[in-house]
Amino acid sequence: MLSRREFIQLCMSATVGMSLTEYLIPVMHSAIAQSKTTKPPVIWLELGSCTGNSVSLENAINPSMEQLLTEILDVRYHWLLNVANGDDATKALEDTLQKEEGKFWLIIEGAVMTADNGRYNEIFLRNGQMVTGMEAVMEIAPKAKYVISVGDCAAFGGPSAAYPNPGGAKGVWEVVKRQVINIPGCPAHPDWMSGTFSHLLLYGMPELDSYNRPLLFFGKTIHDLCQRRQQFEDGKFADFPGGEGCLYKVGCKGPVTHADCPLRQWNHGVNWPVKAGAPCIGCASPHFPDGMMPFYNHLPDIKTSFTTLNVKKIGARMVALGTGAVGIHLAFGVLKKRIHKHYLKGTKPIEVSVPETLEQAKHDLNELMKQKNTLLVKTKKLEANRPIRHRKCWRHKLAEFLHIKDKSGE
Amino acid sequence: MTMKTIFPMTRVHEPLRVDVEIQNGKVVDAMVGATLFRGFENMMVGRDPCDAALFTQRICGICSSAHATAATLAMQQAFDVLPTPNGQHLMNLIFAADIIQNHIRHFYVLAIYDYIKGPNMPPYTPRPEGDYRLPQKLNEELLAHTKEGMLKAMRAHEMLAIFGAKIPMQQTILPTGVTEQATVDRLSAYEGILRELTEWVEKVYLYDVAVLTDYYKDYYSIGSTWGNMLSYGMFPQAITGKREYLPGVIFEKGKVQPLDVSKIGEEIRHSWYHDEILTRNPGEGTTVPDRNKADAYSWIKSPRYAGTAFEGGALARAWISGEYWRGTGVMDRIAARAQETLKICQLAQEWLAQIVLGGPTLLKYTPPMQGEGVGLTDAMRGALGHWIKIKDGKIVHYQIVTPTAWNFSPRDNQGKPGPVEVALLGTPVANPEDLVEIGRVIRSFDPCFTCAVHMIDAPENIPIIVV
Repeated sequence: MLSRREFIQLCMSATVGMSLTEYLIPVMHSAIAQSKTTKPPVIWLELGSCTGNSVSLENAINPSMEQLLTEILDVRYHWLLNVANGDDATKALEDTLQKEEGKFWLIIEGAVMTADNGRYNEIFLRNGQMVTGMEAVMEIAPKAKYVISVGDCAAFGGPSAAYPNPGGAKGVWEVVKRQVINIPGCPAHPDWMSGTFSHLLLYGMPELDSYNRPLLFFGKTIHDLCQRRQQFEDGKFADFPGGEGCLYKVGCKGPVTHADCPLRQWNHGVNWPVKAGAPCIGCASPHFPDGMMPFYNHLPDIKTSFTTLNVKKIGARMVALGTGAVGIHLAFGVLKKRIHKHYLKGTKPIEVSVPETLEQAKHDLNELMKQKNTLLVKTKKLEANRPIRHRKCWRHKLAEFLHIKDKSGE
Repeated sequence: MTMKTIFPMTRVHEPLRVDVEIQNGKVVDAMVGATLFRGFENMMVGRDPCDAALFTQRICGICSSAHATAATLAMQQAFDVLPTPNGQHLMNLIFAADIIQNHIRHFYVLAIYDYIKGPNMPPYTPRPEGDYRLPQKLNEELLAHTKEGMLKAMRAHEMLAIFGAKIPMQQTILPTGVTEQATVDRLSAYEGILRELTEWVEKVYLYDVAVLTDYYKDYYSIGSTWGNMLSYGMFPQAITGKREYLPGVIFEKGKVQPLDVSKIGEEIRHSWYHDEILTRNPGEGTTVPDRNKADAYSWIKSPRYAGTAFEGGALARAWISGEYWRGTGVMDRIAARAQETLKICQLAQEWLAQIVLGGPTLLKYTPPMQGEGVGLTDAMRGALGHWIKIKDGKIVHYQIVTPTAWNFSPRDNQGKPGPVEVALLGTPVANPEDLVEIGRVIRSFDPCFTCAVHMIDAPENIPIIVV
């Protein structure tokens, strides 16, 4: 079995053309065979959602969702998959609740609709009475081992809770008063789901950030990982979606969205929005969609720890910053005598004239060779004269300052 | 006489409640109701019109590109722009891939377990004691195909992502085209997967459907409606805008008539919405949700065309294009869907050949401050319409009428039932405890209630358009 460290490396290194699940299945298979873990019973509830996360998980491939179901999870109740209808399906749910209390996982897709005491979303029938989604979640969640929200709606309300929120949609964590693992995204990437499930099975709770998202997948911003990051640094911006250059000015929300889409890419590594010329709309963000709209307008400003940058000035500032950096680099080079005197004084460039005859060409070439040789000799001399100095690292400097001797006695 | 309630009806998208009345082993009355309300149209008000496609597609996870297409058509009219020829082809290719995916997934993930025995493990157990008629060997063969089917549906989504960036919820469609470039590598990648799917649909999907229709012949008559078919047409061609699937209406298995959008009205007598006026053209006033309304049993309104309920979907499209005329039963719907999958595969091949390499897939545009538009297209499950109205650069009205609203509409003001309620009448029931037959009828419509339910906040007048 893999160690936890190896597992995390596996999750964070996505290879184009391979899905994470593809790596995970053999790992899970051996773990289950060695009875290090067992398939957990799962209750999957769909509340105010679009079924997009289930469809997305069906795209977890090679092995397919079907294998994921047979080899990682023991799905007892998910109304998209249950063969039994009505009361028979509900009975499977009730049985799991009674027999597997404290052992089963509750996975929730979709926001909890709270308007009119939850009656905007009724999900099953018990003793002839309609049970609302809100009621079911509040009843089932305390008995579950883990509560996992998949998709932005379940995690933070998402599109279901967009202004003016007619259905009173809320994220699951606001309703259940216990720790909920949030896997956001609209929809969540199948790898984010299968990766989190596997971590829970093999090593327990993954490391979570302040929004309870697994750091494995939501540790860095899209902007940090983006293939078009260099164009941002160079101040090269697209003026319309689909154009060349960084999509920041046409609304990319990459700088404020934490997810690893650029690395992992979508649908078996085929593509992802920024690569296809479409700006990121920040669908994995807790503030999606209201905080991310209008989708094609740029972010108002970037807040850094020092200052707030305005987008209209940012291009100019990036260029200025770039020029400044080169200048500082040069000055530092002069200080450190990295740069040759000739550079500082400035060497007169050779005036290039087209040689008229072969003789003249030969002569010019000889002159060039001579100049180059003299330069080489001078450089070698300079290098020989350079005093050899041992660099002191900060630890030595500190030790010197405090008069502490090294363990080696130096 | 016994009353039975099935809730939740499983293997459909989002919750559905079915109430049936059974007499002498036959269904004599049926009511279908959706039990989720989110109110997407109201959310649209006040937003940037350019966001309409990306936002409204989040209504549905299985047919997101259909909503994106309808919203884009509405935006094209409101902004007065047209897509580039390449852009139109790519839009069609994106939509086609999603339809192929939907049809395969509907058959192999949702519908097939009504007819074959699944594996002996949850979630395939407990299994109702139905009449599973396939012999052991065939049952196993089809069960093996379900695994392939899941993979092929996934491949169709992969094919979509080549131009759509990601799916569910594509991100590249704009009113003037698609942000992705039409390069050789992308086109050949699409074509490669398309060829694989075409071959598989021909060899496996159609074969499996043929097996089912052979063993369940009586289901050609079970689940029949009156034969009222409606389609808005699908896949506008580049430049001309003429649709590959033509729009039209059929009254009671009659001749195809031209579609007149002004005849569409919505009735709310049996829906959980409060309004003084029960019969309403989609132009008068707004509606307020009222969960305590007496006699109401669904969040879906009753869309009617000239006061009559209509069925939409693959079967309706096949009837209107004249490719299918056998009947309107359960097996007709399943067979028409399979045939359509193959046809769309072949159409996609044609569009691929028409794409001009390196041609622009997108044009720049500036959205106007005012405008009005209607986007009508057929989606996987039937007729889908988006209505948009823009004032001062913001959306002031947005309305969506979805396919499942047509198919699963509750009774209208005169008490006349919707298409599915009619289809359920007369369905023979062997065991009132299991009701597998009811499930077969319902699933043949490929229901999706995530789409169906909305607060209707209609524009003041709907322009008549000729598509």
